This record gives sequence, C-alpha cells and structure tokens, in this order.
Amino acid sequence: MTGFAGVPDEHGHFGLYGGRYVAESLMPALIELENAFKQICGTDSFQKELNKYLAKFVGRPTPLYFAKNLTEHYGGRAKIFLKREDLAHTGAHKINNTVGQALLAKKMGKKKIIAETGAGQHGVATATAAALFGFECKVFMGVEDIKRQAPNVKRMELLGAEVVPVDSGTGTLKDAMNEAMRYWVSAVRDTFYVIGSVAGPHPYPVMVREFQRIIGKETKGQVLEAVGKLPDVLVACVGGGSNAMGLFYEFLEDPVEMIGVEAAGRGLHTGEHAATLNAGSVGVLHGSKSYVLQTDDGQIQEAHSISAGLDYPGVGPEHAYLKESGRIQYVAVTDDEALDAFYLLSRHEGIIPALESAHALAHAVKIASGVKDEMVIIVNLSGRGDKDLEIVTKKTG
Amino acid sequence: MGCITEKFIELKHNREKALVGFVVCGDPDIGISREICLHLCKAGVDVLELGVPFSDPTADGPVIQRASQRALKSGTTLNSVFDVASQLKKEVNTPIVLFSYYNPIFKLGVSNFYRRLIDTGIDGVLVVDLPPEESQELTDCWQNGEIDFIRLIAPTTPESRIEKITSDASGFIYLISKTGVTGSEGLDYGEISGMIRKIRKFSDLPVCVGFGISTPEQVKNISAISDGVVIGSAFVKTIELNLENRNVLLEKLLLQVKSYKDAQNL
Repeated sequence: MTGFAGVPDEHGHFGLYGGRYVAESLMPALIELENAFKQICGTDSFQKELNKYLAKFVGRPTPLYFAKNLTEHYGGRAKIFLKREDLAHTGAHKINNTVGQALLAKKMGKKKIIAETGAGQHGVATATAAALFGFECKVFMGVEDIKRQAPNVKRMELLGAEVVPVDSGTGTLKDAMNEAMRYWVSAVRDTFYVIGSVAGPHPYPVMVREFQRIIGKETKGQVLEAVGKLPDVLVACVGGGSNAMGLFYEFLEDPVEMIGVEAAGRGLHTGEHAATLNAGSVGVLHGSKSYVLQTDDGQIQEAHSISAGLDYPGVGPEHAYLKESGRIQYVAVTDDEALDAFYLLSRHEGIIPALESAHALAHAVKIASGVKDEMVIIVNLSGRGDKDLEIVTKKTG
Repeated sequence: MGCITEKFIELKHNREKALVGFVVCGDPDIGISREICLHLCKAGVDVLELGVPFSDPTADGPVIQRASQRALKSGTTLNSVFDVASQLKKEVNTPIVLFSYYNPIFKLGVSNFYRRLIDTGIDGVLVVDLPPEESQELTDCWQNGEIDFIRLIAPTTPESRIEKITSDASGFIYLISKTGVTGSEGLDYGEISGMIRKIRKFSDLPVCVGFGISTPEQVKNISAISDGVVIGSAFVKTIELNLENRNVLLEKLLLQVKSYKDAQNL
C-alpha cells in the first residue's frame, strides 16, 4: 500500500478529515485506546486469538457467492458475486469489529462495554461479544429505531445487554451516539466504548477499518480463485461506512473500480435522505471532521432512510478523504430502488438482504443492466434482512 | 492585557472569587435571553459565558440539551449570538466568553469567526470539543492576544497533558469538576483540590471549576479551594422553570446570583 497508506497521520487525520474533536474528559481515554490498539492488536498472539474467534465463533471466512440467477436475469455479461457477510454470526459484518474491540477491551482490563446502534445489528453484535467475553453491556438506541427494529431489541436483551432508549433529537442513530458519548464521559474509567462504524474520533475510524479489513482480504483470495483475476467493480453501501471500508481497503492500490452507495431516501431533491457524501458538506460531528448533513448555520440535520443502518447524517472520515482523492465514487439510491432490490434478491437467489445491503445491490444491478462487455461485480451483502420484514411489509403491504 | 485577566486581578485585589455564569444564548428566545444576560451581569456575575446552541451537544446533560433545543427552535444562530454579545458590550463591561461546539464555528469559517469576535469585542472563546491537538486550525489566524482561548482540564487529564494544555492557555483555566456531562451530580472536593494543585505546578492562571455545581454550599466549598466557580445548568434550570413569567424569572436569577456571591464572600 503506497498511495493511501500514509493516512491517517499520528493524530488520526485523513488529509483534511478525521482527527479528534471531543471534550477533554475523553481525550485521555482515546489516547489510552490508541496506545492499546497499537501495542496489542498488532501482536501475533492477539491476531491468533482473534482469528480463532473469527473462524470458530463468527464463522469466517464467509463465502463469495456467484449469483447465477441474478447474473442471467441481467443478460449474463456482468457476473455478480455476493460477499456473504449476512452469513456471519448474528447476520451482519458488524460482528467482525465487535469481537475485535471486545477482545481488545478484555486485554485492557475493562469491565463494561457500551455501544450505540441504529438498525440494531451493531447492538446485537456488541451484546453477543459481551456475552462471549463476560462484559456488562449497555446499548444506546433511539426510540424511533427501537420501534422499527423491534426483533433486534429482543435479541440484545436475550443476550444479556441493557437497551437504553434515547428519546432526544430524532430518536435515531445520531442521538444514540450522542447519548453513548455522554454516558462514556461519565463512566470513562472502567468502560470501553465499542463504536460500530469507521466514524467517531481517532483511533476509531482506523481501528474499525482494521477489524473489517478481513472482508476485503478474504474477497481478494476468493475472487482470484473463482475467476482468476481481480474484479472490475466493488459495490458496498455507506452509512457510516464500515462494511464498505472493510471491502474496499484491500483493493485501493489495484485497478478496481469502487462505488459506495448512500441512501437517497425519498430522493436527493426532497432533502429527505442520508446521502452525506453526495449532498452534505464538510463539518464536525461525533468527534471527527468529515461530511455531514447540516444547515447553513452548522446545525446537524436529520437524515432519512428506509434503512435504519444508513439513517445517519455523518460518514467516516476516510470515505471523505477517498471521495476527495477521486479514488472512490459515491452514488445514492432511493428507498424505493432499495426495496425493489430487496425483493429481487429474495426471489431470484433465495437470499433476503438487509435493506442496507439492498442499496448496494440496487446500484449493482443498474450497472449490470447497462454493460456491453463482460465484467465481474462484487456486492458486499453486508447483512441479512430478517430484521427488516416488518418495515418492508408495512411499506409495500 | 485582556478584559478577563483584568477582571481576575480586580477580584484578587478585593479578595473575591469569580462567579462565571453560563446560559444558552437564545433560550427561550433572543429577546428574553438578552435581558437574562444583562440581568446576570448587572446582578454580579463576574464573567458571562454565552453558549451557542448546537443540535448535538454531546458534553451536556438534559437541562442544557433542552435549552439548546429551545434556542434553536426560536431561530438562534451563531450570528444572533454575536448580536447579543455586541449589545451587551454596550451596556455592561462584564467579560464575555463565547462557549460553543466547533461545528457552528467551522461552518461560519474560522477567519469570519475571528473577525466577528474582534468586531463584537468578545473577550474569550471556549470550544468544548476542540482539544489542543485540533485547536490550531481555529487560533492560527488570531493575532495580538486580543482573544483568550479558554482551555478545559478534566479529572482524567494526566499531568503530562496538563503541562501541554496550560502552556498556551490564557484568561483562566476551566477545570471540569468530574467525569460526566453538565448538570450531573456529586462532587469530590478532595479530587478537585488535587487537580488544582497539579495545575498550579504548571500555570499561574486562575482556575475556575465547573460542571455539577448548583447550591450556595457547593459554591462556597469550591470557591475556598479555587479561583472561582462556573454555574451553568443551575441558571438554565431557573430559566426553564420560569418560562411563563419574565419578571419572576429575572427576579429569581437575581436572587440566585446574590446567593452564590454571598456564599463566596462568607
């Protein structure tokens, strides 16, 4: 890695983005975490232990599946492969990161872990890791998300976590993260905050990326084995951006086109969307500088997406950096397009995707239906869609 | 010498401790808020911290969160906070510290922000989520030391960081009394004293203690071991409980300031 390996710098800056914009109370904890991450996570013994859990507990490697039916449905020129993160334990890629962070928390001697969650996937994955390693666990979740992702609330409770309802602001992921940060300030001495995306203050964006890199590493080997060459296009959805960073990072120096797909909600023109990189501007939220949805006065705006996991007005700083560098293209697809893709994959491949992942799929099939030459597209199927059944049936009857 | 420094010299000369008062500007609306600020200054607040409302105040407890929401709902912006500050400056000579999260400042642009500070005559700035590692981008264009950049120190801040933070601090040091958000309860006077002793090793700046101080008793105890107290949520709570009657509200704030100043002078 040459061109993109210089980031972040020692203070967590990805070019103009990233950094550490937090109250002084949290600075020592972030420095402690950064040091622990550097000293512990790189060691052979940590990697060995983590890999054991990833193999035996998470169920890695996840398959790279050739979606034959879907490929044929679009004429067969674009071969569509799915990286099956939906088959990881708990049903999404989030577990890669939570097992990594929880193992680090254990090595640091922390007793409690906390997390924020939107769709509930990260909350479930954190509660799972907490049960595995014997932590007390609190998950902060917006009241709106508690309503639309009820099955995940039950799962977290079953796993022994306390789900803390957050009713401030819009009662979604942004507010859950605010409240988790507030709680962390008060309990910073014995509590480890497991952030679920490549967002937040340094070292979270780089740490979460490192724990999610496994997706891209596996994919590279798998695609070479399957088709004997690198893919032409990688597609992944972007809310905070962890599954996309996880898939993309390993290919940054390769001649591979990469597309991050944001949630256009009811349409970019309506203002009701979560397409931070497409329609936002540079700002500071939740401890790092990146693109945010904001007013002219610098107040953070509400995001909207049918998918709770993408319903966030910020995005990881490394994505802002990669957008600016031109290395990655970011597009947006609407609620309706994602819903169509949700049905499409369910009916053609027998795989019910998470609404988040359906955004990536929706863009992939747009590419597939327009190509003239043969190509290989890999879609990160970041999670499974069981959690979304209620919202989908409510929307479409 | 800045207005804040002069104020602390004057207080020291009179053997008094500082009462720093915080309110969210624009709570519940700009007109009333201006009156509230004026009243607090006239009632004897030594330094006024004028809070810029922000949609996502992650360091604040529920009381100040609600105040920020009220202020935003009534249309308050960073520009209207400057307007209030500039009107106050015409009527009172209380030093004013602008207290903000970074995003509204960043969005306005750091050089525009600096120009407005100078035009308005604001004396100090405290940006709660801008630690020394990131603050240069804001203060790089500041000249001549006209504006004090108020630094925060927390109970979790180790000595090596205290040294670094105090090295370019000015005005006063804001010591956060405990880990937690604004308005949370429970004070450990022993721990606070210990922190002040550590700060004193590196800096002669006045140390004011804030977060979770609300009763005259606490004001008295904290003032005995520091150079002053910062009262925020307690004033904001008074505002919240008396939104219906402006005269009662102003009268109550007056009494509250008096009770704190009396406690400091016991």
